[in-house]
Amino acid sequence: MSAPRPGAATPPATGPAPSLSRLTRHADAGRVLLEGVTKRYAARGAAGVDAVAGVDLEVAAGEFVAVVGASGCGKSTLLRILAGFEPATRGRVEVGGRPVTRPGPDRGVVFQDYGLFPWLTVAENVRFGLRQRRLPRGQRHRIAEEFIEVVGLTRFADRFPGELSGGMQQRVAIARVLANDPAVLLMDEPFGALDALTRTTMQHELRRLHRETGTTVLLVTHSIEEAVYLADRVVVMSGGAAHGVPGGIAEIVPVTLGEHRDVNAADFNELERRLSELVHAGHRPE
Amino acid sequence: MAGETEAAPWVERGLRAALGTGVLGLIVLLWDLGVRGQWVLVFDIKMGYLPPPLDVARLTWDFAFGGVYDDAFSGTLWEHLWASTRRVLGGFALATALGVPLGVLMGRFRWVHAALDPAVNLFRPVPATAWVPLVLLIIGFGGQATIFLITLSAFFPILLNTVAAVREVPPRLVEAARMLGTRPAGVLLGVVVPAATSGIVSGLRIGLGLAWVILVLGEANGIDTGLGSMITLAREQVRTDRVVVGMIVIGMAGFLSDRALVHGLRLLFGRRPLVREA
Ligand SMILES: Nc1ncnc2c1ncn2[C@@H]1O[C@H](COP(=O)(O)OP(=O)(O)O)[C@@H](O)[C@H]1O
Ligand SMILES: [Mg+2]
Repeated sequence: MSAPRPGAATPPATGPAPSLSRLTRHADAGRVLLEGVTKRYAARGAAGVDAVAGVDLEVAAGEFVAVVGASGCGKSTLLRILAGFEPATRGRVEVGGRPVTRPGPDRGVVFQDYGLFPWLTVAENVRFGLRQRRLPRGQRHRIAEEFIEVVGLTRFADRFPGELSGGMQQRVAIARVLANDPAVLLMDEPFGALDALTRTTMQHELRRLHRETGTTVLLVTHSIEEAVYLADRVVVMSGGAAHGVPGGIAEIVPVTLGEHRDVNAADFNELERRLSELVHAGHRPE
Repeated sequence: MAGETEAAPWVERGLRAALGTGVLGLIVLLWDLGVRGQWVLVFDIKMGYLPPPLDVARLTWDFAFGGVYDDAFSGTLWEHLWASTRRVLGGFALATALGVPLGVLMGRFRWVHAALDPAVNLFRPVPATAWVPLVLLIIGFGGQATIFLITLSAFFPILLNTVAAVREVPPRLVEAARMLGTRPAGVLLGVVVPAATSGIVSGLRIGLGLAWVILVLGEANGIDTGLGSMITLAREQVRTDRVVVGMIVIGMAGFLSDRALVHGLRLLFGRRPLVREA
């Protein structure tokens, strides 16, 4: 019975070819290191306030780390420093053993508002980085096609971002950075603007992509459920200029729920509750 | 207010066209009545001095195709129009070639802005009319002076709209490009310019419109072909009818050149959403 009968439907392709992880980078390229990182924003006249201070964090290559915490505690600031958009005022910031000095294609960033180029089609958006890196035309097209398929948008390759739903636009944004084969994926509340159903779908897809690509992921999220569902570790941040203290890491909680996580399981809910308490404790002024 | 009721698009379009044509028709009717009745309006406008619309229509036809009066004026429209169009396009092209790149650099780089902004603010308030005497002295009568005045006048709206458009480019798009590995030159040409296209096009349209305005000023001196010189000559000969014909032709030329610019860009961009539809 196991021999395929003529005319039988071939099993649907359940995922992309294993070429997804192109292993063009060395094993440690995705390692992230923050040591004593402080960021001070200059305030008008005054000496300025520390948005974050004394942040230490080490993320292993291929690890998935979620960052949670009340707004204003410096989550975006940390991500932007890692992306190279802003320099740290003090401290060591390294990705793949090299100090971060400017943005680069080894660190793909996914923004909450997508940041797609509205005058370029989906395919052109995905090819944008490949073109900047001067890859040959044939290769650009092949890689872009592959990643557009990975995010399920092949039929929409020639559409413009303005013609797509929010969820689809965020898929384009994800395909666009993955096509660049980044060692680290930095995501700042990427699903925050999506409806609940789309959000759940995107979480599944992100989980699958993380497994297939082996990229290190730093995900800032408002949703503790999302953090517990996706991450190997959850970083809880507290403080923030609004509380008169610099933002910082309050606690790092490992998620020991295994591969298959059930958002309704007792241990899942237990962890969610604990993290929720930590976040709220950090939120209260001391 | 009209337009609050739901109607099929073609009905709505028809109503709009009818409304627009109706108002135009009313203006022509009032013009005709005013000339016949020798109305005197505010500002001491003596309608009796105007030619009636039908005469103007006949003269316009003669200006374009001849066959009505067959004098020196008949059938010379194309010659004048061509001479003027060349000056307008020459000045406009020069203003674009200078204004857009400078505007992009000023909008993007603080140091370029700091270097050029004082000079821009010094020269910009000087109206083209005030430039005329100096231009006549240092360039002299002729087409060159006209093109110079057009370039000068179209340059500032193009420059300032480009600067504003570049400054409004969402920083997010620049960040996106940079994290994808784009070098500074690539950010400028591949992101800033396309993201600012809508505003740049607004500047080009204002500049082109102004070019036709300044044309009349420039051609008023020492030129014998061109719509501006034709109007100037008609005024000297007290041919009010020819002045009105010249005004109509310049208005049409300005309108058509704007349409041509918009449609040309639309053809160039295809369905790429570079320009927000008005
Ligand atoms: N560009 C900036 N200039 C001045 N202050 C800033 C800037 N960006 C962020 N901040 C301040 O830094 C703190 C942390 O902000 P952010 O990292 O955006 O927090 P989160 O992402 O956790 O909500 C906030 O108090 C915020 O007001
Ligand atoms: Mg934030």
